[in-house]
Amino acid sequence: MAERVVKLPDVGEGIAEAELVEWQVKVGDIVREDAVLGAVMTDKATVEIPSPVEGRIIWLAGKVGDVLAIGSDFVRLDVDGKGASPVEAIAPAARATSPSLRKADRAAGTALAPAVEAADRAPPLQPLATPPRREGERPLAAPAVRLRAREAGIDLRALRGSGPAGRITHDDLDAHLAQNSVSAAATPYRAKATVEDIKITGLRRKIAERMSIASSRIPHITYVEEVDVTALEDLRGKLNGQQRPGKPKLTLLPFLMRAMVHAIAEQPILNAHFDDEAGIVHRHAGVHIGIATQTPAGLMVPVVRHAEARDIWSCAAEMARITEAARNGTATRDELTGSTITITSLGVLGGLATTPIINHPEVAIIGVNRIAIRPHWDGTAFVPRKMMNLSSSFDHRVIDGFDAAQFVQRIKTQLETPAMIFIDA
Amino acid sequence: MDEITCKLLVIGAGPGGYTCAIRAGQFGIDTVIVEAGKPGGTCLNIGCIPSKALIHAADTYDTVARAAEGSHPLGISTAKPSLDFGKTIAWKDGIVRRLNGGVAGLLQRAGVRYLTGRAAFRDGKTMAVETTDGNRLIHAESIVIATGSEPIELPSIPFGGCVISSTEALALAEVPGKLVIVGGGYIGLELGTAFAKLGAAVTVVEAAPQILPQYDGDLSAPVARRLRARGVVVLTDAKALAANGGALTIETADGGQAATEADKILITVGRKPATSGFGLERLDLDINGPFIAIDDRCRTSMRGVFAIGDVTGEPMLAHRAMAQGEMVAEIVAGRRRAWDRVSIPAICFTDPEIVSVGLSPKEADRSSFAVKTELFPFRANGRALTLDREDGFIRTVVRADNHLLLGIQGVGAGIAELSAAFSLALEMGARLEDIALTIHAHPTQSEAFHEAALKSLGHAIHI
Repeated sequence: MAERVVKLPDVGEGIAEAELVEWQVKVGDIVREDAVLGAVMTDKATVEIPSPVEGRIIWLAGKVGDVLAIGSDFVRLDVDGKGASPVEAIAPAARATSPSLRKADRAAGTALAPAVEAADRAPPLQPLATPPRREGERPLAAPAVRLRAREAGIDLRALRGSGPAGRITHDDLDAHLAQNSVSAAATPYRAKATVEDIKITGLRRKIAERMSIASSRIPHITYVEEVDVTALEDLRGKLNGQQRPGKPKLTLLPFLMRAMVHAIAEQPILNAHFDDEAGIVHRHAGVHIGIATQTPAGLMVPVVRHAEARDIWSCAAEMARITEAARNGTATRDELTGSTITITSLGVLGGLATTPIINHPEVAIIGVNRIAIRPHWDGTAFVPRKMMNLSSSFDHRVIDGFDAAQFVQRIKTQLETPAMIFIDA
Repeated sequence: MDEITCKLLVIGAGPGGYTCAIRAGQFGIDTVIVEAGKPGGTCLNIGCIPSKALIHAADTYDTVARAAEGSHPLGISTAKPSLDFGKTIAWKDGIVRRLNGGVAGLLQRAGVRYLTGRAAFRDGKTMAVETTDGNRLIHAESIVIATGSEPIELPSIPFGGCVISSTEALALAEVPGKLVIVGGGYIGLELGTAFAKLGAAVTVVEAAPQILPQYDGDLSAPVARRLRARGVVVLTDAKALAANGGALTIETADGGQAATEADKILITVGRKPATSGFGLERLDLDINGPFIAIDDRCRTSMRGVFAIGDVTGEPMLAHRAMAQGEMVAEIVAGRRRAWDRVSIPAICFTDPEIVSVGLSPKEADRSSFAVKTELFPFRANGRALTLDREDGFIRTVVRADNHLLLGIQGVGAGIAELSAAFSLALEMGARLEDIALTIHAHPTQSEAFHEAALKSLGHAIHI
């Protein structure tokens, strides 16, 4: 049996490790050359790792959620024994796992998968884990447990069993009864005591890490200001009404992006990265605007590069392209990194005001709230105006409140008099 | 007409009905049970019990007869035995009588009022009963329909004359010289084997491609082999067309017709629920094919009317009816109950016996998870060899991911008693490891169950 080791390749510049987010193969599978083995995630890009050769998988590096070092063994393949009968091939490994099989029996008290210890890197052949029951699957319990539960008015489907194969024991039932001493039968509403453990992996873990860093290291100052967007909305409506071919539909954000470019020209310190360990603020000349985007996988921040060099149509088109790419998972690493300032907008869910978290290591984030028609005192009467709030956060270590306010006022002025957006200083 | 008011009225004193009534009596529920025949129903009077008595008599006779043939492997020889079949039947009838009395006594002790007579629904709360000493009108808060089932008659070969059902087969005056059995299911084969052992020339006519069509081929093959060795003629893919005098006309597998001589023609093509003759049509209950439709509490579509046993569907087995009857009594007593049994064991008292509990490999394959099936043959079991019966095996069907037992089947001489261990394993939610780590006594046939579990785990010792 010739063994071929596939190592985890360098999937991103200067990255030492990557998180395993998916296996597309399992031990015993035959894979062709170039077939995808699995995927790892670095920063915010997910990279698929193809197989360099044809062969049969005999070992995988870990389980989803594990962090693997670049250059470490990723997959081991049997490259000439692939025709061998699977029984023959599995037999020695089965011997190797039987002690841990016993271990799994004893450890089955925890409902989570009893992972094969990392130290004994034997291929996990028989997953004896007790995953939560699938929807519709019958709860497993001895007749006496079923009877007690029925008499107590407890639906065993609401319990998770601690016994082997997820069997619900008398102890599980006692624990459930203790937690729910109020008789559930008296009301149609059932108290629910189950706790579902969801492992935070992949993008969600990245988001959690980045939010923690941003929130713990950056003293935020959040400034909320009201903007009258009646004129801007009129303009936007007219432009969109013309339906010019090849031109994208305009949302409010391209106007905001151009207004930010102008404001940054006056206050370049807002378009920066603060390296707090080195004590250096890197002021960027290029305005790379991150667009906080909700995707099926979670929050991503694709980047519109060089907004200073784009007109309003180009900003709109590029934003549509990268946010779509982020949503359908085709965004590249480059498209997901390198922003120098960020916009966050929840559209119709924008709320009255928000407290945005800065996209570390940037120093400012502009939050867009919902547009609503509100009464406005024009000096003689109340008039209906389309009003919108901007909720913006700044790194107070390097941005003073005065500068923050001035920056938002500069944006406000342009949005309220949209012609200014198109006049370059 | 005398009127009786009670809380619970049970129609039919078969295993389901009498169990329900006794359990209700234990709760102090005012219960009346009505039965047209003798207490015990089909099972006790014309089914399970008398057939097992006959099978035991046949086995005993057969053992001696083999010894008389002079080539007995155990070295036993004797003179050719004779059979006083009238005495055999009387012995069997004695057992039935004893159990009739036993059931009546148990009902009495539980405080249940027993009425012999035919009941008919007036409405969902009232039944009229014709008894030998006058008619009664019974008003009940709850009624349990436990009327059971009866043999299916073939329209082309009606019962009468030499054409008999299992009922008559269990009460014959003598062993028929030539017995033709239409229907190779468990009833036909149990009786056919017994009569073959008692000296009858037996032919089995089965329309399906194999005998015991409800079991898979692995389970039925040892039975088929044994029947052949015993000289029983098994015609599969064959249709019984008509009976004329002492012969049965058969359409054979190749489409031709043949006549088989017969002293008796036993029709065992199945059983149908007993749903007529007691005014059921007045209630207009929801039905499920030929059966009365019930929910998981054995409730019919009419409030206060329950149904249990054969009248509610397959499997038509006494122990299912008893469990249902017990449950309904507890529900009537105000307990919270619902049907949540994992398995209903099924046993075929052929030679060898077949036991099936839980899912068959085929049924398990229909589930969404991977399944592993493994069997251990009795030829590797010491006890089986000492019994001179190495045919058959025990088989486990498990979930591959967590080793949960889904089904256990076996075929082998005298293994019916193992069904208790199988049922317990499934009901307790046992995994292969639980069986593997349970010490099974040596030397017993039960070790084959242990070994099948070990084999499924990849480390059987004795094979």
